[in-house]
Amino acid sequence: MPDTIALKTAEVALAPVKSFDGPNGKKPKRVLSPRNIMLYGTLFVAAAYYLLPLYVMIVTSLKGMPEIRMGNIFSPPMEITFEPWVKAWATACTGLNCDGLSRGFWNSVRITVPSVIVSIAIASVNGYALANWRFKGSELFFSILVIGAFIPYQVMIYPIVIVLREMGIYGTLTGLIIVHSIFGMPILTLLFRNYFASLPQELFKAARVDGAGFWQIFLKIMVPMSLPIFVVAMILQVTGIWNDFLFGVVFTRPEYYPMTVQLNNIVNSVQGVKEYNVNMAATILTGLVPLIVYFVSGRLFVRGIAAGAVKG
Amino acid sequence: MTGPAKAGRPNQLLRNLNSKIASIPMILTAVVIFLGGTVWTVFYSFTNSKLLPRMSFVGFDQYKRLWAAPRWIVSIENLALYGIFSLIFSLVIGFTLAALMDQKIRFENAFRTIFLYPFALSFIVTGLVWQWVLNPEFGVQSVVRSLGWTSFTFDPLYTPSIVIYGVLIAALWQGTGLVMCLMLAGLRGIDEDIWKASRVDGIPMWKTYLFIVIPMMRPVFITTLVIIASGIVKVYDLVVAQTSGGPGISSEVPAKYVYDYMFQAQNLGQGFAASTMMLITVAIIIIPWAYLEFGGGRKRA
Repeated sequence: MPDTIALKTAEVALAPVKSFDGPNGKKPKRVLSPRNIMLYGTLFVAAAYYLLPLYVMIVTSLKGMPEIRMGNIFSPPMEITFEPWVKAWATACTGLNCDGLSRGFWNSVRITVPSVIVSIAIASVNGYALANWRFKGSELFFSILVIGAFIPYQVMIYPIVIVLREMGIYGTLTGLIIVHSIFGMPILTLLFRNYFASLPQELFKAARVDGAGFWQIFLKIMVPMSLPIFVVAMILQVTGIWNDFLFGVVFTRPEYYPMTVQLNNIVNSVQGVKEYNVNMAATILTGLVPLIVYFVSGRLFVRGIAAGAVKG
Repeated sequence: MTGPAKAGRPNQLLRNLNSKIASIPMILTAVVIFLGGTVWTVFYSFTNSKLLPRMSFVGFDQYKRLWAAPRWIVSIENLALYGIFSLIFSLVIGFTLAALMDQKIRFENAFRTIFLYPFALSFIVTGLVWQWVLNPEFGVQSVVRSLGWTSFTFDPLYTPSIVIYGVLIAALWQGTGLVMCLMLAGLRGIDEDIWKASRVDGIPMWKTYLFIVIPMMRPVFITTLVIIASGIVKVYDLVVAQTSGGPGISSEVPAKYVYDYMFQAQNLGQGFAASTMMLITVAIIIIPWAYLEFGGGRKRA
């Protein structure tokens, strides 16, 4: 009995405290405990390591060459100049021509936009067929496709060169777009198949009972319900295709070289004096598109790469 | 499906026709490119094709020549060193960062954004940035020297014996954010009660991680391992951008060997043999994993 009374009084005593916004629950930890200093210290040092190259890129691109020759890549520019950026964009030389990265940028745009659209269109239909309209052997083809994602590209490059040459599109943008669609297919198909399979089957069945066919169900029910996964696929493909180097260099002629290839040619060209500020400005320009995609998309990007990491 | 049953339903092929038509690109890719292309390359690695593929068989000659080539040996050694260290370091760093991020810290999103942004950048950009940061004349070495430590030497990109570690630093910068994300997802999947139980039992935190949490995260570790490993074998653009294989041939890698022999040296047979070796390397990694994951591992239902 006394216990319950004590408990009651305790409750009464506690009641007003609870109504405060102030501390309730666990004992608050000190902000500057040794544990926190260790924890945040390590995290900040790690963050500094990850940010350092970005910082160096930016400050280098804003300096003039005389200042760079004086030393210290970490010091902020004494005199900010945007000339390296202009030069990197418009007049830097690759050995063949001197119209800067802008050519590579527009090539990359002309490669990325159709490749993203075509690869997603094909893969989403594939994923839909695999999830809702299985046929004999469909799972087998899918397994080959997924295993194929692990085969080094180098193994399949030459046969593709031959196929494209026979079709008369080796070296053209069309050829490269086909290649990107092929190598994007495993991961995108997997992504779409799993997503469509997770949608309620009743919807699909109801639509079939109402007489809708393959394409009708896809366009009127599946696609409108799957916009998030389309966005994830787009993020994955835009960054992946923009960052590609190998396919660009193998499957296109120099006049169609994407930005990454052109950047490498500008920076690693042996002729002439090295202009580090122009090089860094060019490097930032090339990294800008995927970085913008990354910062704008946030969490969806994480989802995309978690799904697309197998692409390696 | 037996013969008579098939004959009894002649419309079998036409059933689900739209789905089959829609799957043509997938079937072509899987069968012609992935399967056919691989078989084709392996097949032609036994010929002495030079400028164009030719059907003149020479047995294992290309492979003998491959393993006698100093450049290939250097490539394989580099791949092994790079592979082992990048596996170890990306798992350790990735897991450590994830464990730190999992301590209910503030600014979690900011830290995640910072650790992951290099992954959005291409290997070309990564390689060029680190080429600049590690530049002996202007980069880290010169900055430390200008602070007073004049004998300080840190010049991986122009020192043949350690150049591959210069590449490794760049690769870790680019890729550990992803490992951290995968690990963090794994840690978030661990039941909160495990932590409570270990706290009640008075087990120190590092022991809980080492002996309870990590064994529980086995599937996450295996997936991450496969992802990192299949990326390692493909490493190409990073080396091209950062060192172009130099100084000399000291940072060559197999993928670059294949490209150079196929498209520059016009010695296709060597390229095919080298790419077949890459395929075998991947198979050694993938097959045990696929077996564990999908084959014998019925207990993990």
